Amino acid sequence: MTSVGLMRTANGEPAVRSLALRDRLMRVAEAAVTPLVPADVLDIFSPLRSGADLRARIVSVVPETADAATIVLKPGKDWAGHKPGQYVRIGVDVDGVRLWRTYSLTHGPRADGHISITVKAIPDGLVSNHLVRRARPGQMIQLGQAEGDFVLPDPRPEKLLLVTAGSGVTPVIGMLRNLFSRAEPLQADIVLLHSALSRSEVIFGRELRAYAAEGRVRLVEMHTDVHGMLDVHDLDTIVPDLAERTTYACGPVGLLDALEEHHTARDLPLHLERFRTAVVASDGEGGTVTFGRSGIVVDGDGSTPILDVGESGGVLMPSGCRMGVCFGCVLPLRSGAVRDLRNGELTVAAPGDGVIIQTCINAAAGPCDIDH
Amino acid sequence: MTVLQKKTETTNPIAHLSDEEIERLGVELDAIRQSILDSRGERDSAYIRKVIDAQRKLELASRAVLLASAFPPAWVVGTAGLSVAKIIENMEIGHNVMHGQWDWMRDPKIHSTTWEWDNASPSDQWKHSHNELHHTYTNVVGKDNDLGYGIMRVDEDQRWYPLYLAQPLWNFINACFFEYGIAAYDLELGKNLSSEKRRQAPEFKARAKQTLKKIRNQVRKDYVVHPLMSLPTGSFVPTLAANFTANLVRNLWTHSVIMCGHFPEGVETFERTSIEGETRGEWYLRQMLGSANISGSKAMHFMTGNLSHQIEHHLFPDLPSNRYAEIAPQVQDVFQRYGLSYHMAPLPQQVASAWHKVVRLSLPNDFLATTTAKNLPSQLKVLFAMTTKGPKVRRAAQARLTQQARRAKVAAAA
Repeated sequence: MTSVGLMRTANGEPAVRSLALRDRLMRVAEAAVTPLVPADVLDIFSPLRSGADLRARIVSVVPETADAATIVLKPGKDWAGHKPGQYVRIGVDVDGVRLWRTYSLTHGPRADGHISITVKAIPDGLVSNHLVRRARPGQMIQLGQAEGDFVLPDPRPEKLLLVTAGSGVTPVIGMLRNLFSRAEPLQADIVLLHSALSRSEVIFGRELRAYAAEGRVRLVEMHTDVHGMLDVHDLDTIVPDLAERTTYACGPVGLLDALEEHHTARDLPLHLERFRTAVVASDGEGGTVTFGRSGIVVDGDGSTPILDVGESGGVLMPSGCRMGVCFGCVLPLRSGAVRDLRNGELTVAAPGDGVIIQTCINAAAGPCDIDH
Repeated sequence: MTVLQKKTETTNPIAHLSDEEIERLGVELDAIRQSILDSRGERDSAYIRKVIDAQRKLELASRAVLLASAFPPAWVVGTAGLSVAKIIENMEIGHNVMHGQWDWMRDPKIHSTTWEWDNASPSDQWKHSHNELHHTYTNVVGKDNDLGYGIMRVDEDQRWYPLYLAQPLWNFINACFFEYGIAAYDLELGKNLSSEKRRQAPEFKARAKQTLKKIRNQVRKDYVVHPLMSLPTGSFVPTLAANFTANLVRNLWTHSVIMCGHFPEGVETFERTSIEGETRGEWYLRQMLGSANISGSKAMHFMTGNLSHQIEHHLFPDLPSNRYAEIAPQVQDVFQRYGLSYHMAPLPQQVASAWHKVVRLSLPNDFLATTTAKNLPSQLKVLFAMTTKGPKVRRAAQARLTQQARRAKVAAAA
């Protein structure tokens, strides 16, 4: 009941009483809807209310390039806000299956309270293709709170170099929009070096070029089809005052690794945003199975059910029919890959995906981390 | 009826199948299962979400109407709505979600590990006794407690005792209070109350406590909170009666549907030893022989939670229920090609068949078959003797009944 103390006003009594009343009403509501909880009932009518699991409703889907789109979202009441440059986890139902991914937020805080992400459809990307091509206004998605420390500090460094490639521009556009939306004129010296496959592939191309035309940034576009890949050794030529600048970079792993090496060697300030890669090693040949809570690690081959692997390693495993029928053995797969021994189907999971597997008919198809 | 393994060459329904054929049958059924897995997707997830949403709205609306249940039309509408809502919640939603049919959606709110249903039995315990025991050991005498729920005589091979005469009454009472019957059955109450040691076992005590808490919550909701909320319109008692009626309707309906699944005449039972080292094909075959379907309209299938497709459900308990209707013709085709009989009949017929079996087995073997209107008085005398006198008399009378039945059969054949 610490919240009582927090809510106490000048005459503390009424606040306490109203809270106690609320508490009692809540208990009546719980008793009236059991075995559901009141939230299940309220969710039917108001999924974005305060107190609900965090969700968002798609407000609009705006195409940016041939295969990128900005999804504008109205987040639930409990959305705690974000700083430009941060990212958010979203859960989308793709062909009926809930899949979680992280995307950078591409707006600064907006007056209408909406947030946005910009998604580039990658080949075989289930979620990105769904969001770019099939998402429609009105649909609901699941949402996490904003995360990440790829944000501009306060006070802001006087001279900035922003290096982005492909969809790596998404956290940076949020920073720029936020800076340029302020009422007072901005005193900033910003170089944006952006690499993309071609001119038409540049996400936010028109907006970035407009900023450049207005003299707000110096924009250097490198199009791979004309200029080739960005080479960090050319940085001194492109940005002569490189040594005076703080660099913020986001893009493919190769670029970021090269930048890190380059900047570390010269002791230059550098901030990186690495997109999480959902690539899971899986050759179908088994792998080490880690039982996170019991701290036991066992080698699982590609043909032995994880249930048997765990038991042989001394883990107390829940089990049932041992033939895939009863769902008595299901456990969360925090990360890794497993193969269904009945039909060879592969299931992969990354932390936060919320994948639960039947251990009696799944074998390791790569390193697995089981939450048990 | 008798367990399959004791049947003779001529009456055994699988005598004509070779081991290779049984395995081939398994491969064919696996292919049917895979075809549904391959096409499972957005359409299915939209279906279950729509059903859950509609069920919740129906229940809320019915309970809102019942706030004024002193007004008779409101009582009728509210009670009917609540009965339907409870049936849908238990059958098409609860039963199927707890089977893991919707786990593939990875939605933690519609998942076998998190679902709790509107029933006296806690979902954890029900999942153990239903998913693990009943679905794995389907119709295996002594292993599958769903066969008569441990309180009934379900097979001619079980010795008859006078107590079984009350079996139709037990069955009716069990039907009326089915949710409590299930709770007691999931707790294995008969077994666990039988000795002091079992009664005091910490695991049993913990489970009993969990069940009592669930029952307390259910009772408080239906018989205290909602009647009290109806108090301002003077509808306390009508709302209480409405909740009682809805629970009764739900219990009778679910009991009838479930009885139709494995109890009608012609459904096979199996010997305990017969399932040792069972192959996948043999497991499928046992499910095929041990289940019966109900034919009827789409609405009827929906209200049974698609358990009307009991055969398909038992072959593929983890496929989404909305897809059973679609694979039923393919499954029926497999039955036909392998020379097996696919038991299917309308609900009233299957219920009658199941009840007929309950009554027949409540009486000594061959009693019903040898009784006619003409010999009724003498037969009743025999039954009275068998009931009131010792085992010796019972054995002698039983032998006579068996002999009479055999003679009648021979006479009919000639």
